[in-house]
Amino acid sequence: MTAFDMRGPAHDDPPHDGGDGPPQGGGDGPAGDGAEPLPEDATVDLAQERAESHVDDVLDVLDAELVGLAAVKTRIRQIAALLLIDRLRARFGLSTTPPNLHMCFTGSPGTGKTTVAMRLAELLHRLGYLRRGHLVAVTRDDLVGQYVGHTAPKTKEVLKRAMGGVLFIDEAYYLYRAENERDYGQESIEILLQMMENQRHDLVVVLAGYKDRMDSFFASNPGMSSRIAHHIDFPDYTDEELAAIGDMMLRDAGYALGPETVQVFRDYLRRRREQPRFANARSVRNALERARLRHASRLLAGGGRVGREQLTTLLPEDFLSSRVFD
Amino acid sequence: MTDRWSAGVIPYAEMGYWQPDYEPRPSDVLAAFRITPQPGVPPEEAGAAVAGESSTATWTVVWTDRLTNYKEYQAKCYRVDKVPGAGDQYIAYIAYGIDLFEEGSIANLTSSIIGNVFGFKALKALRLEDMRIPPHYVKTFQGPAHGVVMEREYLNKFGRPLLGATVKPKLGLSARNYGRVVYEALRGGLDFTKDDENINSQPFMRWRDRFLHAIEGVNRAQAATGEVKGHYMNVTAATMEDMYERAEFARDLGSVIIMIDLTVGYTAIQSMAKWARRNGLILHLHRAGHGTYTRQKNHGVSFRVIAKWMRLAGVDHIHAGTVVGKLEGDPNMVRGYYDTLLLDRVGADPVKGLYFDQEWASMPSVMPVASGGIHAGQMHQLLHYLGEDVVLQFGGGTIGHPMGIAAGATANRVALEAMIKARNEGRDYMAEGPDILRTAAKRSRELDVALATWGDVTFTYESTDTPDVVETPTIS
Amino acid sequence: MRITQGTFSYLPDFTDEEITAQIAYVLGNGWPCSVEFTDDPHPRNNYWEMWGLPMFDLVDPAAVLYEINECRRAYPSHYIRLNAYDAGTRQTTALSFIVQRPDEEPGFRLDREESSDRRIRYRLHPYVLDRPAGQRYV
Repeated sequence: MTAFDMRGPAHDDPPHDGGDGPPQGGGDGPAGDGAEPLPEDATVDLAQERAESHVDDVLDVLDAELVGLAAVKTRIRQIAALLLIDRLRARFGLSTTPPNLHMCFTGSPGTGKTTVAMRLAELLHRLGYLRRGHLVAVTRDDLVGQYVGHTAPKTKEVLKRAMGGVLFIDEAYYLYRAENERDYGQESIEILLQMMENQRHDLVVVLAGYKDRMDSFFASNPGMSSRIAHHIDFPDYTDEELAAIGDMMLRDAGYALGPETVQVFRDYLRRRREQPRFANARSVRNALERARLRHASRLLAGGGRVGREQLTTLLPEDFLSSRVFD
Repeated sequence: MTDRWSAGVIPYAEMGYWQPDYEPRPSDVLAAFRITPQPGVPPEEAGAAVAGESSTATWTVVWTDRLTNYKEYQAKCYRVDKVPGAGDQYIAYIAYGIDLFEEGSIANLTSSIIGNVFGFKALKALRLEDMRIPPHYVKTFQGPAHGVVMEREYLNKFGRPLLGATVKPKLGLSARNYGRVVYEALRGGLDFTKDDENINSQPFMRWRDRFLHAIEGVNRAQAATGEVKGHYMNVTAATMEDMYERAEFARDLGSVIIMIDLTVGYTAIQSMAKWARRNGLILHLHRAGHGTYTRQKNHGVSFRVIAKWMRLAGVDHIHAGTVVGKLEGDPNMVRGYYDTLLLDRVGADPVKGLYFDQEWASMPSVMPVASGGIHAGQMHQLLHYLGEDVVLQFGGGTIGHPMGIAAGATANRVALEAMIKARNEGRDYMAEGPDILRTAAKRSRELDVALATWGDVTFTYESTDTPDVVETPTIS
Repeated sequence: MRITQGTFSYLPDFTDEEITAQIAYVLGNGWPCSVEFTDDPHPRNNYWEMWGLPMFDLVDPAAVLYEINECRRAYPSHYIRLNAYDAGTRQTTALSFIVQRPDEEPGFRLDREESSDRRIRYRLHPYVLDRPAGQRYV
């Protein structure tokens, strides 16, 4: 296997330019081919390096678009810092361990795993570790075939589409079915492992799913476990965080909660959490969609004249008729 | 009403040939004429006169018009624009109902549009600048026997211009020596060699002997390279019977392509296009003689109109200018010709001299051929101006190579492939062209010698046929 | 001899970096790629064997280079070419070049059959076809 090359991006070809130009050759890491190491006594300006990498733009977006998740954001910042420093070390000719960037995101549905994966792809692209920085999100059905000889091309097809970016496998544990040893999922896992090792400079794999099920998946697939460098856990949102997410979504959609509605919405969230198939931010989005439906029907049923105020304000009854209040 | 039909002479404009309110129908054939009226003739009357004389009118009122649906058959001049900065010149736009023309006949179309009017006394000069052929009429023509896509698939050559060379000297070689040039040029790396327009069947070399020796060269070169090769066998002759005889012989020998000259006439061209499609041979057209009527800006027929007619008539190749070579050709105008030959929808663009939108309704495209005074050192310019779908013909630039014909051919092919490679890699090949060529020449002695021989030879004369919107003629 | 089919046969054989740059151009145009191989390089042999199906919806050249390398591994002495297909306007091959060729290229024999009135019928015979498929290049 080619050792992952740790040199920084070439200055005449900043990676954040979108990667439209011819990419660097397949076996190279993040650019800078043939650059002489800096002299022993040289220094580099950290602030400048950081600014030039534009990683803060991505981290700021991550902060702005995701409520809470402090621990996750810290981990991503740490990874960004490590990669940035690795690049600088390489410029001095200091040997650095080739970074393994494959990750596992565990947590309930709707906790922001896909969004973070998208920002991660962008981040790795800006730092020069991915040529394109796109995200390909798949599940078992996209990887595993129906008959003999179907799985390998199918898995390879997906891997090829993801090259240059991040392959995000949601509910990755479905690839492995302990009860059926002839399941084609095993074949897919083997190809994944091979590509995660051999094409490491071409793509980053992120496995995602519930924590407990992911743990037992790794227990049965030690090969997979050993190739994952970063395990990041996405906790469920608190009620306050969910309310904040709801506010953000409403603002984006051009709605607001009426004064009496705020508490009703809090109650709704508390009750919804206790019900089956609660999916954090996704449940918030669905609740708001349904509230908009009720709001619209209520206005039409009322007739008469309406203004901006009525068109944008959700009232308690828009939530109270939900089944969670039964 | 009485005025219109009173016996005697009345202005064309008053006979209904000037209709500024007329809205052309989608099925109308449209023409843009550059008119230079005699002093004292109003431009609208001159435009109406052109419309009249190219459709139903004669010099005097005839009552027999009233036995026809004359309003339909009258061509209508619907607009006259002064040409900026050109004194007494105007562009007159004329619409013709589609029933004025026989389906699928270039001869009929041209007899109508340019049949009588060019000698008309009321005009000092007249030029047919452009035509819009409506899809309704386009669909009545066969179009190119094969077209660019089929030609490439037939030859198994993709992603680059094709390379050719005209055998030189034009006249005097014996058949055996002639075939030698064919073999050397093809084995060196060209895709095609070509008979010149005036190589037919002269005392120094009869056509049949030429064909036999040329096909030996073609087959030898195919064996030497493992690539499909062709020689344009010129079947131009005095009669259709002679042309068919020569074409059939070329077909029986296994040639992939034949050629004819524009001088054989529109009807013969259409006949040969049908023959070429029936027999699976690519049809190359040399535009011999066109300069007599295409070059002067104020009189004649623009080459872009000839290009349209030839796409309808059904040739696969046509010479369409080089921009950088020894023959006339402003870059913008040449781009207009190439677009006309290659695209399915061509938008009106005054910079390229295109007056109308032209829809080709999926008619196959014609491969433009660039020939005359071009060499390997200009490869970046050729690719920039002419693009990828073109045959670049380096006659002197192949045969005149100091190391021999095959070396000349190799030099051209190396230069071409190096330039395509650089373009695809996203390099600014126009600016870096000379550098790209020098680097490629380090690994090709043939190209190195070619660059040393022709270096920066250019032909910088002003073009006579330039678009009106560009003040200064552009020359590379 | 050196077979000169393909867009770049008159240049020195491309390195993987040079191939990658061409693939980037192809993908940038939205053209799918396909890899084909053969042991019969007759100029009229249009249908080389397909190394899998054409590759649609790719964004990164490494994916195509990966398949080229897989094909090279499976057929180390065959001719291998990369094709790009323009489904948009032209609906034909947009670029096609050889990415691997055998060390020894035996080339072609030209057979002639003389017939009446000085005509000759030509037949191009690849020398390798004298050997059975699978044993043509070593």
